[in-house]
Amino acid sequence: MKLLKRYSIALAALLLFGLLFFYNRDLGQEASGTILMSLKEMATILPPVFILLGLLDVWVPRGTMVKYMGKDSGVMGAVLAFVLGSAAAGPLYVSFPVAAALMKKDVKFFNVLIMVGAWSSAKIPMLIFEYSSLGPRFMLTRLALSILIVIIIALVLNSVMKDDEVREIYRKVREME
Amino acid sequence: MHTKIFYGVTIVLLTLSLIKDRGKTKKALIKAWKSLENILPQMLAMIVAIGLIIALLSPETISRIIGGSSGWWGVLLAAILGSVTLMPAFVAFPMAAVLLQNGAGYMQLAAFVSTLTMVGLITFPMEVRFFGRKMTIWRNALAFVFAFLVALVIGKVVVL
Repeated sequence: MKLLKRYSIALAALLLFGLLFFYNRDLGQEASGTILMSLKEMATILPPVFILLGLLDVWVPRGTMVKYMGKDSGVMGAVLAFVLGSAAAGPLYVSFPVAAALMKKDVKFFNVLIMVGAWSSAKIPMLIFEYSSLGPRFMLTRLALSILIVIIIALVLNSVMKDDEVREIYRKVREME
Repeated sequence: MHTKIFYGVTIVLLTLSLIKDRGKTKKALIKAWKSLENILPQMLAMIVAIGLIIALLSPETISRIIGGSSGWWGVLLAAILGSVTLMPAFVAFPMAAVLLQNGAGYMQLAAFVSTLTMVGLITFPMEVRFFGRKMTIWRNALAFVFAFLVALVIGKVVVL
């Protein structure tokens, strides 16, 4: 029953999908194609991402993460965060649990923001897709802009969020699971 | 290719972990499952919702809205369209290429792709769970605004 409640939104979406199928077979088939492809992508990408997160959680001591990406990690920490985000795989929402794992290890908020930003707009697999479908000029221009924008957004968010609000986010993340 | 590297690294590290400490490895795997299960319900709902939206928005419909002559109005609509739907890259970019062939403009496409990847209304509740309401609103709003900068620059650089 609890399980049913937890998955109620997913079931509702599925019901909607069923209705679409009834209403228009072609549209339903098109939707099911995309859904199956997404599920396949998730099924391949999620296991390694989450296993790596688990290993990070267990093996890498907080001190190490703080040293490389924490309060005093400087530019290197931000660069590391950017590389982490752009080397990742999976859509943007997969970056949220990764951000949570980093926050649990006391990674600096600014660096968490850089990681999420890089994940959203400068992911390597995404760039390859972009290159082959829209050309090098489009891809490179957007990449250069994205790097700039990721930094600006991180700076703005970092200053908009008050210290106690950030602390609250970190506290909530620790309480999860 | 990318996925293979990912799997390779994971397998190597997991094996090392197993050799070093079985108990800790088990703990890591339990944690992995727990944090995955944490987002699983919302994720499944999102995957279905995104599939529905993509099916309803045909390339013809979209390129009519964001055609090359649609100007800043088209850029705005493209940005809004991109914000609603959060697409995986393997759908988004081939689709963008089709849109281009169907007459969508570069500027409009740039705005579309930007909000597509950075702004997510469907993922909003999930983002709130991790970052809280304030930060989620700000992040999405900022990303939305910057999509126009991307459109402006791409319009200048690519069309040349």
